[in-house]
Amino acid sequence: MATTEVERRRGQLAALSIAAVVIVVGVPLWWRTTETYRAWLPFSQIKDLSKLQLHLSADVEVVFARGTLTPEQQKKLPLTQTQDEEHAVDENTVLRYTHEIKYRTATIMEEEALGKPTAAEADLSLHMLSESPCGSSVVYVIPEVSSLLPENVKVYIGQRRTAILRINAEMRAGKTVEQLLAVLKPQIKQVLQVMSFSHTDITAALSDRVRFNPGSKESMTHSMRAFTSSPGYEITFSLLNPDPRSHRLHWDIEGAVQTYIQPFLTKLSPLANFSIDSQMLHYAMLGVNPRYNNDRGAFILHADSLAHVINPVEARLGSNAASSNPVLNFLLYVPDAQHSPLYIQDHKKMDVPSNAFHSPRWGGIMVYNVKNLYGPEAEFPVNININMAEVMGVFLTQLRLLVGMESSPPPPGFLVAPCGSVGLADWELDRLMWSRSVENIATATTTITSLAQLLDQIGNIVINDNIAQQVSSAVTSVQLAVAELEAGNLGFALQYSKETILASEKAFFDPSLLHLLYFPDDQKFAIYIPLFLPMCVPILLSLLKMASEARRRYREKQAKKD
Amino acid sequence: MAAHRCRYLACLLLLFLSVILVTMSQETTLGHEQHELVIRPLHSGDIYASFQFRTVWETDFMKGNKVSHYRLFPKSLGQVISKFSVRELHISFTQGYWRTMQWGQPFIPSPPGAELWVWFQDSVTDVDATWKELTNVLSGIFCASLNFIDSTNTLQPSASFKPLGIGNGTTDHRFLRYATLPREIVCTENLTPWKKLLPCGSKAGLAVLLKSEKLFHSSFHSQSVHIRPVCQDRQCKSSSWELRQALNVVFDLHTSGQSKREWSLFKMFSRTLTEACPLASSSKIYIDVTDNPQEEQFELSPATPLLSQAVVLGDRRTFSVYDLTQQVTFGTVRSLNLMIRWKSSEGDMLRPLLHAERYVTGYGLQTGEIHTLMYNNHPFRSFPVLLLDSVPWYLRLYIHTLKVISKGKDNNPSYIHYQPSKDRERPHLLEMLLQLPPHSVTEVTVQFERALLKWTEYTPDPNHGFYVGSSVISSLVPSTVAMETNITMEQPLFSSFFPCKEESSYFARVYTEPLLVNLPTPDFSMPYNVICLTCTVVAVGYGSLYNLLTRSFQVEEPNPGLAKRIANVIRRMRGVPPL
Repeated sequence: MATTEVERRRGQLAALSIAAVVIVVGVPLWWRTTETYRAWLPFSQIKDLSKLQLHLSADVEVVFARGTLTPEQQKKLPLTQTQDEEHAVDENTVLRYTHEIKYRTATIMEEEALGKPTAAEADLSLHMLSESPCGSSVVYVIPEVSSLLPENVKVYIGQRRTAILRINAEMRAGKTVEQLLAVLKPQIKQVLQVMSFSHTDITAALSDRVRFNPGSKESMTHSMRAFTSSPGYEITFSLLNPDPRSHRLHWDIEGAVQTYIQPFLTKLSPLANFSIDSQMLHYAMLGVNPRYNNDRGAFILHADSLAHVINPVEARLGSNAASSNPVLNFLLYVPDAQHSPLYIQDHKKMDVPSNAFHSPRWGGIMVYNVKNLYGPEAEFPVNININMAEVMGVFLTQLRLLVGMESSPPPPGFLVAPCGSVGLADWELDRLMWSRSVENIATATTTITSLAQLLDQIGNIVINDNIAQQVSSAVTSVQLAVAELEAGNLGFALQYSKETILASEKAFFDPSLLHLLYFPDDQKFAIYIPLFLPMCVPILLSLLKMASEARRRYREKQAKKD
Repeated sequence: MAAHRCRYLACLLLLFLSVILVTMSQETTLGHEQHELVIRPLHSGDIYASFQFRTVWETDFMKGNKVSHYRLFPKSLGQVISKFSVRELHISFTQGYWRTMQWGQPFIPSPPGAELWVWFQDSVTDVDATWKELTNVLSGIFCASLNFIDSTNTLQPSASFKPLGIGNGTTDHRFLRYATLPREIVCTENLTPWKKLLPCGSKAGLAVLLKSEKLFHSSFHSQSVHIRPVCQDRQCKSSSWELRQALNVVFDLHTSGQSKREWSLFKMFSRTLTEACPLASSSKIYIDVTDNPQEEQFELSPATPLLSQAVVLGDRRTFSVYDLTQQVTFGTVRSLNLMIRWKSSEGDMLRPLLHAERYVTGYGLQTGEIHTLMYNNHPFRSFPVLLLDSVPWYLRLYIHTLKVISKGKDNNPSYIHYQPSKDRERPHLLEMLLQLPPHSVTEVTVQFERALLKWTEYTPDPNHGFYVGSSVISSLVPSTVAMETNITMEQPLFSSFFPCKEESSYFARVYTEPLLVNLPTPDFSMPYNVICLTCTVVAVGYGSLYNLLTRSFQVEEPNPGLAKRIANVIRRMRGVPPL
């Protein structure tokens, strides 16, 4: 009896120790060897990014010229005022705009500049006096007696970051400073709507993050027209010659790019890198056959059929082999001798004056008729020099639209200075930089949060150290960009937002994430069952047996006690 | 006497042609374009058609300034050479094997599959990374599997591949990369992007003949792109890019043409020619009529008065020339359909002076031997050849077994460059400079052992075998005629690809067959079987061990026997106490 009891105890101990070895050594070993490497990601910080509070602030200087303030009003002029606005775009995104308005009277030199005969000259000499930093703006308030602005113009917006505002006599007659400023306030706000960020722009820039119901059709087409933000763009000019037998075309693209496009791009260089190239494509046809109009003696390309023009041409354009940046295509199509002249008509059956159209986020096409450049007795092939000034004027306008510059008409009473040889005013660049920074931040936050979500959901993806590093640097850059926006440093904000978008895209599209160690569950079971089932069943059974025995003994003990 | 006069006439004609060419090239300043088709009736009854399209882009590229405005030169290739600082790029896609013994030498030789060799400019710092990126980009441009080029099949030959264009002195082979993909299958998807690079596309000129359903219904098809820097003028003060696109095809018309020996452009390409590409400064068709001076072998229609002579591959050949830029060529029907009717099937070809073959011997799956045979058919002259052999790492060469034997005697190579392989990193590279004695066969043998691969390294069809790329034999073959030394405009394109300064010999490159070697191949369901089997064995062992350790053993009363049990049952029935 005693020996059997000893034997039983020994068996139980053996079973227990085997179970212990399996649990202490086997399970961790199995866990370790089948684990995938997942580097640490700043999940809590990424979670914070899903709630975005963007605070945009800009400095505004309001300068009163001589004759706008009485001496006692001048004395009581406050130094600064802040205008605050807050919008909740959706439950996770809050926008706050702050305009820090500084008031002062004009210096002697500024008075001198404002005394120039025309507004454009005044604008230039004011710019020479002091250069306002990126993102800020200056509003000069001039008396009604000044002859700087034409009769019915209230506000002049210059080529730089200055605006000139004229106030009426009745607005300031016998009022205190506070009342005067209260009258001025809506006007200044209107000026800033044009020159600085506007709520519509910023919400449009957030479109990647926030899904909101489209407002007007107009604003939606605008927001879909421009290219999305990218660190670089490739601009390709293509000359399509469907008929090299009759037309031998020459275009001075190098010179035209240097004269018309390069100054514009140099100005845009803080926004993105641009590279330009050009090509000539022969025997490249449009996708549709234009209809012949007998009355006009010309071929007509109707606006409805323009959608079908691009696809067959695109096959010839060739993709950009050297980079993965988005490509802006500008095509100059010279119709062949049998199909010219060719005119584009809009929906109202009216000729389009530029004979060109653009395709959102793709580029522009211009039709260039050469039929009138040679007589009927000309000997083929005809040598034709293309007038690049005409072509580049159209392409530059299209480029402005595609880059995201809105050319909505200014409010009544406003006069906007023509953009000059550069094709871009400073404040336009500022507006673009505001919306690009916000867009970059919005895109990067959605990229990082969706990446984190994906990695969280699929436990089999290996997360390498370089991805973790990219994600952390993207998160830090987002935070820095948000902070810089709040501080009003537009240049730095854009810089950081570009860094964050680069890092986040790099992490998101890293090929090592695709290298998913994916084993379906049924295969896993097929491999594990032959090993685990015969091993674990005896262990479990003996453990159960021991447990039931222990319970029985416990009950017996209880019964004895009773 | 007659022949002499004929030659004189041809020279005059050549001179006349060159004058036309020069005046035409002056018209366009920023590059020009030459198109050419050579048709050579082969003695085997096949037809060899060789297209060459040459674009010259006069731009100064070596000084590192960014060029981005393209006119005739295709933009995609221009971007590639400027982004990756390429000095020379040669890429070829070939379907089928060129039979040197039956067909003679091709104008531009290429091995079966895909071949890519690139000289980088010496401003490139990380050549390997640039090469990797370049192959990926080219793979996209040509729709080919060039992205499978990695360090395991990339070579840096020390002597075999020298730059073909003008260089700035450096021929440091650190900047050279060479790779072949013998498995690559060439088809329509490779031809379409190739045609897109032509300025006229396939819309006009000679390129309208390039219809894929005809081109790939042939015994041999090879298309290639060669980019190299060339001199702009005789003084060579400035350089320009030259892009040559070549397409060689051999049609077996004898068997497909109901055993009638006649062919026409329409029969071969199912198209006729109606015009030249308007962008081309010259566009010509050459028909090789060397063996047919008096029309005793075949009859050519329409006849052409233009004859041209050129020295190509060491042989002086006579060609009938059709100039597509002249309206006269197309005649009254405004379309050109060249036709040849054979009169006799006699005549034999000059045996090529150099050819080579390669095969594997041995049995079983452990070892084997590679034999490379090089034939020098010249009756009295020996000449040097450079042999380049690249063998993948999974065939482990025993380099001590390397033997070179010609005419039964050891032939000592005067230069050997051997780079041993590293597993999964780089292939074997063997380069040798050998002298081939006259009228002899030189045999190079080397033994190898087959390695076992990891199960993920096998191709999807491992039982098909593994390809070993062709050997490359580059040599200066003695020429039968003296060469002109000046490489100028008046030479036709097909004769001016390899620069040659030597008068008595010409450069030739011969590729051998690729090898197909079987490697020991496992049963691929084996891993799962092994897992199941070992798990079962472990489970059985573990189960008995577990039982031994945990069960308690006690002596039990032995069971009463069967007789006793039956007796007890009976006793119980009788009411008697059991036993």
